[in-house]
Amino acid sequence: MIPLSGDIPNAKGVVCENIDSNSIARGTSTLKRGFAHMLKNGVVMDVTTVEQAQIAEEAGAVSVMVLDKLPSDVRKAGGVARTASIRIIEEIMDHVTIPVMAKCRIGHMYEAKVLDETNVDMIDESEVLTPADEYHHIWKWDYTTPFVNGARSLAEALRRIEEGAAMIRTKGEPGTGNVAEAIYHIKKVNEELRAIKSIYDSDDKQDLVKMAREFKVSYDLVEETAKIGRLPVVNFAAGGIATPADAAYLMSLGCDGIFVGSGIFKAEDAQERARAVVLATTFWEEPDKVKDAQKMIDERQSLLGLDVKNLELKMQDRGSTV
Amino acid sequence: MSKIKIGVLAVQGDVTENFLATMASMSELGIDGSVIQVKTVEQISELDGLIIPGGESTVIGQMSLVNGAIKKIKEKIESGMPVFGICAGMVFLSKNSKDRVVGNVDQPLLDILDVKIERNSFGRQKDSFEANISMDPIGISSFNGVFIRAPSVSETGSGVEILAKFNEKIVAVKQGNILATAFHPELTRDISLHKSFVKLVDNLN
Repeated sequence: MIPLSGDIPNAKGVVCENIDSNSIARGTSTLKRGFAHMLKNGVVMDVTTVEQAQIAEEAGAVSVMVLDKLPSDVRKAGGVARTASIRIIEEIMDHVTIPVMAKCRIGHMYEAKVLDETNVDMIDESEVLTPADEYHHIWKWDYTTPFVNGARSLAEALRRIEEGAAMIRTKGEPGTGNVAEAIYHIKKVNEELRAIKSIYDSDDKQDLVKMAREFKVSYDLVEETAKIGRLPVVNFAAGGIATPADAAYLMSLGCDGIFVGSGIFKAEDAQERARAVVLATTFWEEPDKVKDAQKMIDERQSLLGLDVKNLELKMQDRGSTV
Repeated sequence: MSKIKIGVLAVQGDVTENFLATMASMSELGIDGSVIQVKTVEQISELDGLIIPGGESTVIGQMSLVNGAIKKIKEKIESGMPVFGICAGMVFLSKNSKDRVVGNVDQPLLDILDVKIERNSFGRQKDSFEANISMDPIGISSFNGVFIRAPSVSETGSGVEILAKFNEKIVAVKQGNILATAFHPELTRDISLHKSFVKLVDNLN
C-alpha cells in the first residue's frame, strides 16, 4: 500500500469541526493524497474555456486544469503568466462534474489562497507560470486544498512532498509538444528510486543519511521512500505530451497517469485527439488498442512542436533549488 | 469448495489499494483464492466477485463501454455475482445519477442498483472529510469513513437496505449481493468491509 500517512503536527490546512454531533476532519493527508489516487490511470487536460472543459469531460478526461493561456501560447506571449481568471474557473466548475484544477505561480501564497477560497479541487504550483518567489515554494501544509508540483528528479519530488505536495508530476518541457524531457525526467526519478531502494535493502543507514543530505530533505522521508521503492504520492507524467503513443509510453514507464497541456487544444483535431489520448492511457498495455487510438489522430494536425535544445526559456529550470 | 477469484476493475482509479485490501482480507480470513486486476470481457467472465474502485465514474463508465466490459459486468451481476462498488463504483452501479451542481449528466451506468445518486453530494475536494461511520446491519459499529468528493444516495428502491447514513444522507447500501459505499475503505488500514465482501463471495461458492 502506498502510505497515506505523513501529516505534520498541527498542519494549518487540517480543519476539524462538528457536524450534527459528529466530529469530522478536512484537509488531512489521507484526503489530499487520496484525492490524487482517484485520478490514477486518467488524463488531466489543460483547458481555457467552458467549451474545452466540456469536450475534455466528454472525451473521458479525469479532470481539467484551467489556464488563462495554454502553455505554448504562454511561451509565445512572453510577459508575466499568472493564475487564470477566477470567473472562468468558476464558470467551468459549474459546467463539468469532474474535478477542476488551476495553476498558481511558484511561491505565490496569495494566488494559492485565492484558488483555495475558489474551491478548486487541486492547485498546481506550476513552472508554466512566472515564478513569484525564486527562493521559496509554497508551504502547502497550510492549505486544505491539495497541491500538485512538478519535479525533474527524486530530490525535487521529495522536497515538494516535504512542503506538503499531495501529488507529483514530471516537469517535462511545457508547451513544446516534445515529450523527450518528460521521458528523461521520469527515467531519472525511476533510476534514483532504484538506487535508494538498493541502499535500503542492503541496510546501509549511513548511505541513506548521505542521500538525505544530498537531496536536502529529511532522513525519514528518504527512508520511507527507499523502503517502498516509489514516490510516496501519486506521480503523473506532464510536459510535452501530444499523441496517444506519447501517453502510452509514459504509462509504460510507471507513471500513474497523464497531464496533457497544449497537446490537445493546440492541435487541429482536439476532440478526436482528446478521446484518443484517454484510450491510449487506459489501454496502454494493449498495443493494438494504442494503434487504434493513434489512428484516430492526424499527424499533420499535431502541434508543430519545438526542439528543446533551442529554447530561449526553459520552464523546467524555474523554482527554488532548495 | 473451489478457489474463489475476485477481480478489481482496473479501468481507472485506485485499483492497487483495493487489490491489496482484498489480498489482506483473504489471508486474514484464511480463504483460498486469488485477486486479479481485470479490464477485459474474458477476465471478467471468470470472476466470482468484483470490486469497482473509486475514481471518476464518467471515465470508468465510458472506458468500460469501449471494450464491452460494461455488458459483461451487468450480465455477471444479474446472474448473481457479488459486487462491491466504492464511490465512483457506487455511481456506476446505480440506475440513476445526477450531479449536485451540474444536474443530469449523460454517463454510462450499469443500471442495476435501484437507487438515485447525487454526485459530489458533500461538495468539492475542500469539503472532503473523514468521519466515523457505523454500519450496524452488517455488524461494523465503527469505521473511519474517508469521503472524497463523495456521492450519496438520495432515493432507494424497495429491495435496497440502508447500511449507513451520515448527516441524514445515505452513504452505504446493500441490495442482494450488491454492496456499495460512498466512502473509501481501501484508503484506511481497516479491512473489515473488504473482509465482509470476501466472505459474501466465499459463502456463495
